[in-house]
Parts: sequence; C-alpha cells; structure tokens
Amino acid sequence: MKIPEPRGPISDGLFGLLAGEPGADPTAQDTLHRLVTGTLPVVGDVIEDGDVQLALFCLYELHYGGLDGVDDRWEWNPGLIALRQLLEEPFEQALRSAARLSAGPPGLAPAGDLDSDAVAEVLFGLAARDSGPGMSGHVAKKATLQQLREFLIHKSIYQLKEADPHTWAIPRLAGRAKAALVEIQADEYGGGRPDRMHSALFARTMRGLGLDDSYGGYVDAVPAISLASVNMMSLFGLNRRLRGAIAGHLAIYEMTSSRPNQLYGNGFRRHGFDAGVTGYFDEHVEADAVHEQIAGRDLAGGLVEAEPALLPDVLFGATAVLAIDARLTMHIMGAWENGSSSLRSPLPAAA
Amino acid sequence: MTQVQQEPAADGSIVLCPDGPILVRGNFELVTPSGDPVPRQRKTVALCRCGASAIKPYCDGTHKMVRFRTEADATPSKKETV
Repeated sequence: MKIPEPRGPISDGLFGLLAGEPGADPTAQDTLHRLVTGTLPVVGDVIEDGDVQLALFCLYELHYGGLDGVDDRWEWNPGLIALRQLLEEPFEQALRSAARLSAGPPGLAPAGDLDSDAVAEVLFGLAARDSGPGMSGHVAKKATLQQLREFLIHKSIYQLKEADPHTWAIPRLAGRAKAALVEIQADEYGGGRPDRMHSALFARTMRGLGLDDSYGGYVDAVPAISLASVNMMSLFGLNRRLRGAIAGHLAIYEMTSSRPNQLYGNGFRRHGFDAGVTGYFDEHVEADAVHEQIAGRDLAGGLVEAEPALLPDVLFGATAVLAIDARLTMHIMGAWENGSSSLRSPLPAAA
Repeated sequence: MTQVQQEPAADGSIVLCPDGPILVRGNFELVTPSGDPVPRQRKTVALCRCGASAIKPYCDGTHKMVRFRTEADATPSKKETV
C-alpha cells in the first residue's frame, strides 16, 4: 500500500521513521514514543482521531501487505510493537465503552455456561436489535451515483482485504471453532478460485463505477471512523487474547449482512448496473446466509463451549461491531442528509 | 486444550439450524426433480426452510424477518449424518 498523507504529529513522525532502516535512528524512535505518550492523554476521542487511527492503520498494515518503500523488517521491530501497544490500549478501552453502551442494560449475557446453540441465539438476538440508521434502505431507494461511489470508497478500506483480519485467528483456535472458521474463510477466499475471492469481486464492483481498485487507494479519502472500523478487526485478530472478540465480530458481521447486501445490490441495479457490478452483493446474500449459521453456532458457539471464559469477549466483539458501524453509518448518512460529501474531500463528479 | 472428536465418520452432515435453514455439507449433488444440476457456488450450502427466500433453493436470511420458528421439539438431535 502507498504511504498515506500524515494526519497529525503521530502519523507524521511514524512515516518519517519508516522511511529509514529499522534501528538506524533510535533517537527519532524515542522522540516518537514520547510524543505519543504525551499526546494520547489529550486526545478527546481515540476512535474519531484521524492521526491515531491512521498511525494504527499503517502499523497494522506492516502485518498485511506492507507499505511501499518501507523495509519489511519494521514489522517486528520491538519499538514499533511498543508504539502500537501504546495506541491500542486507549483504542481498546474506547471500544469497550462504546460496546457497553451499545449492549444496553446488563442482563444480556445469561449466567452459567452456554452451549453453542444458546451462544448463537444470543448473537442472533443482538443482530436483530440492530435496526441501524438505514444505510441499506437509503442505498436501495435514494442514493445518488456519487453517493454509491462514496459508499464503495468507505467499504474499500476493508473489502479489498476482506476476510484477512479474521484469518489471524485460525491458529489460535482448535477443534470445532477452527474448522468453522476455515470453512468460512475458504468461501471468502473464493473456494480456490481467485476471481471468486470476495476482495476480487469487490474490486470488480469498484472498477465498474470507475474507481481505483488498488488496495489502500482511498485511505487518504476516508474519515477516522472508517479506519477505526478496520483497525478494530486488526486489533482483535492480531491479539491472541482477543480471539473471543474476533469470533464475535465475524459472527455479527455475517448475521447483519444478507439483507443489507440484497438492498445494496438493488441500489446499484436501480442505477442500471449489471451483474458484473452487483455480483459482489449478490454473492453476499447467499454466502452470508451460510456463514452466519456456521459463525454463530460452530465458531463463536464452539469457542465458548471449549473456553467458557471467552463468552464476555465474544459479546464484546459482537457489540463493538454494532457500535462502531452505527457511528460510521451516522457519519455517512449525516453528511448526505446535509447534501455534503461523507469523505474528507469530495470526489470529482462522476464521469 | 484437549482435542475433541467432533464428527462421526460420514460423508457429510445435514444441520437443522434452529429457526433457520438446513445446512448441508459434505459430498452431495443438488439436482432438480429431473436430475439437472442446480447452480451451486459453494461447497457448504444453506437450503431455505421457511419458504420466504428470494434465492430458493438457497437461504437468503429472510427467515429472520418473517420470524420463522422451527418447533421446539423438531431438533432433539441437531445433527443427522448422511
């Protein structure tokens, strides 16, 4: 991925550091560490802070496809891992309080050990409560072509690497939960057909609307909350202690997907796009109706049966998705209702 | 972590999902009454059980919106082997 434009002193300092060789400039590394330590306490809301979210996004990116021109050895540089942990700690805290708010009054988690059917039922119940502010309805019925393009740009931050954050969890699981995750991921990655990979289907949709389908091509364009929703998955996926959260995250993602994707597809059909463009959404209607059953019962449920102590984290992952995605939707819909762009700077008018 | 034997040895399984579809995994052919193959994009499929899916024979999650309920006693053992 191309290195984005810095959004403040933290991302600026990070990109400066990454331009050099790992370990070549310990003073700059110390300076950045001190800057982060000094800055974080005065950041109002870590989730909506562009500088923090961009720095985290790029630190995580070192574990995915890497950053153009950056030495791959930075990935496991102890100083950078320490920096990432400095940023992750308040981010996780903020996610936990957002998730608690979204979960509503206590009483959600039944006492005692739950079997996998009961875990699935709790998760389906949570997903059903997510009425959401109506993004899919708007896309289906009202969104302009320019809004459809913005919608794809927000989604592209994740969808061009769709499924990757959850894949980190595979070696951290065992037995039924592991088999379930592998079964879902194999489908996400196209069942052996590269052109059927969900990320490839999404790239095709972007090209159909004249958008750049290169990975990370629109990182500069999206607000902090769009980056935060993807950073949340990387946080859950890359930290083994949060394997419950990544399982809950995937389950809710799948459980809140089929119907919205049907509506998204309708929105693009309304603008005259054919199956080449809507294929991504059509695929998710069918795939996620399968995945939600496996993710709820076998992945999340199987994990809780094997490790009952992880139930709170499964629910944390699930409610964090609902909370963060609701904020992202509010941001986008709020901008559109005001007749403005939901991006940091408006796209040039569609060709 | 102990490794638990999860599945009996069988070619596949049919899972009766509570209030949801029928999940079929393993080796099987999905055919029309005349024996023609039904287009299929994935190994494991969810077959519509509520009748409300727009992409039958597959499930599209609509059972949640029509509040489809499987009888409480219909799934005494949730998994049958084929």
